[in-house]
Amino acid sequence: MTAAPTTVGGVAPQTVTRSGFELFWLRFKEDRAALLGAGTIGVLIVIAIFGGPIASAVTGHPNTEQYQQIMQDSFGLPKGPTSAFWFGSDGEARDLFVRTMYGARTSLIVGVVASGIAVLIGLVVGMIAGFYRGIVDTILSRTGDVMLAMPQLLISIGIVAACSSNKNGCVIAGPIAIQPGLALVIAVIVIFSWPYIARLVRGFTLSIREKEFVEASRSLGASDTRIIFREILPNLSGPIIVYTTLLIPQSILFEAALSYLGLGVPPDTASWGGLLNDAQRYYDTAWWLMFFPGLFLVITTLAFNLLGDGLRDALDVRAER
Amino acid sequence: MTASGSTQTPLVELQHLTKHFSVKQGVFARGKGVVHAVEDVSLVVNKGETLGIVGESGCGKTTTARLMVKLLEATSGRILFEGEDITDLSRHRMRQLRQQMQIIFQDPYSSLNPRKTVGQIVGEPFVIHGTEKDIKSRVQELLARVGLNPEHYNRYPHEFSGGQRQRIGIARALALQPKLIVCDEPVSALDVSVQAQILNLLKSLQSEFDLTYVFISHDLSVIRQVSDRIAVMYLGRVVEMGESELLYEHPRHPYTAALLSAVPRAELDANGQKRTRIVLQGDVPSPVSPPSACVFHPRCPRAHAGTCDVETPGLTSFEGDHVAACHFPVERWPMSEAELRAGGTFADTTS
Repeated sequence: MTAAPTTVGGVAPQTVTRSGFELFWLRFKEDRAALLGAGTIGVLIVIAIFGGPIASAVTGHPNTEQYQQIMQDSFGLPKGPTSAFWFGSDGEARDLFVRTMYGARTSLIVGVVASGIAVLIGLVVGMIAGFYRGIVDTILSRTGDVMLAMPQLLISIGIVAACSSNKNGCVIAGPIAIQPGLALVIAVIVIFSWPYIARLVRGFTLSIREKEFVEASRSLGASDTRIIFREILPNLSGPIIVYTTLLIPQSILFEAALSYLGLGVPPDTASWGGLLNDAQRYYDTAWWLMFFPGLFLVITTLAFNLLGDGLRDALDVRAER
Repeated sequence: MTASGSTQTPLVELQHLTKHFSVKQGVFARGKGVVHAVEDVSLVVNKGETLGIVGESGCGKTTTARLMVKLLEATSGRILFEGEDITDLSRHRMRQLRQQMQIIFQDPYSSLNPRKTVGQIVGEPFVIHGTEKDIKSRVQELLARVGLNPEHYNRYPHEFSGGQRQRIGIARALALQPKLIVCDEPVSALDVSVQAQILNLLKSLQSEFDLTYVFISHDLSVIRQVSDRIAVMYLGRVVEMGESELLYEHPRHPYTAALLSAVPRAELDANGQKRTRIVLQGDVPSPVSPPSACVFHPRCPRAHAGTCDVETPGLTSFEGDHVAACHFPVERWPMSEAELRAGGTFADTTS
């Protein structure tokens, strides 16, 4: 039954002692799909940082330069891929390849930062609501429900209408003002995304807090903070990782919708979502407009999902290996 | 005092302890029903002894245990630990006192955090109280003491069997060298051969570390094996309490008698007859609306109309510190169901 510390034939049994991180890495490096996802995300990050300028330098086409003479036909429609314009041109006759590369920066920043903040808020709110229950839960959960009940686009249009009429935006107090831009896009996405995570986390917390190991910890004299962060949080990693990887592409598309309304980045600044929105006008004549930015979005989504699945499996100590 | 004759000093004392849970029914109803989980329980646990608490599911055993180690707050009544009233202790003071009282849980699967290594689980008490410098060697000592391989320090709970997991739980409870360990059905999730190993381990730890146990179980043979004294609970109340052997030889409360008669046994009684079981009628009443007076009267074979359903029985004393809460205690044992029934009138008229 229980293995006593015996020595067999004078040789002590060798048990390799591995730290939690070593165990995680051992599992993770076996997972080819996850490594592929991680590698792809690495490449995407490099593209986000250097891709735009490099693409400009290689093709000789600046980001916002319009090539009406060569890349628009007599009807003013964009032309498809050529040897000089690899991805063809967009509706304003700009080089789509260069714009897609530049767009990686905006889209990844929005996707990762907005999802990260939303998950962080949702995690904290959900754990507090689920752990303390009662009136705290009621206040937090109902607040989340109110956020979910608000029409997202209508509110966004309202903010644009109120805040883009003058240069300084809506001044709240002194230098603090709401202006259209990347930060506002992220804020809006976070405001409308965190309740989903909070709800998910609250449910898991409610069930985990009833487990006996939480009571054991309390009987040892652990504080609430310790129980929440040391006992409950590690058990939430699976669902959180999966949900975050789904939230990133969702945020990238939400950015597109907001930019389209004028709430997001200025029209000159490229983003995948913005490019896809542009493509709607030409979907029956210019397939490349939708294909290339869409391809990058799909690759990004897939990469984050693969990485997320791999992380979840590698972090799950119960998994067979 | 007990037959051992030695002077007994109480470690824990429960005085008229009561715990009610309010149940909300529907959206708008507030605290409509009250579950009388534990009702007016008074008992003493002496230093160095094992007090067994036995009863059916839902009789308040586990609630009593959790009240005792302050995992639940009592509705009323007092808890004394080494003579000190700990019922309304401040959080800070209670944290210190937690080192003195530990609990071993029933389910060895949910009582260990699946995301932590054995080392982290057993080492947690030291981290929380900051009492130990070299946690790792101390934890390995504890693992060896409970019969686990100290090399398994970095393993996760899922790599162990039920019995081994329970040993991990015992090591964790033992870490701070408590005086009191409440064992909440520690072996009922294990199979019989493993049960014996765990019970033996608990026994040897008791003498080695001078521990006091409160041992909760619904298994009468386990309780008999480990307990010095036994408290029998029914519907949140202690109906009988006394020294283990005396109680098994001659139960005084009809409920205890019925419980004991239900233990399957191989041998025949003195007359060469198979011992008959005393079968109680009906189900345990809902603790939301317990019966009046003696809570056992609707099911009691010897209940007297006009007495048992009107007057709450006080504790009647028998030899030693054996007490039972019954108006018509069982005069001799063993007794057949018919004989037991002959003492009462209530059940006859209703059946």
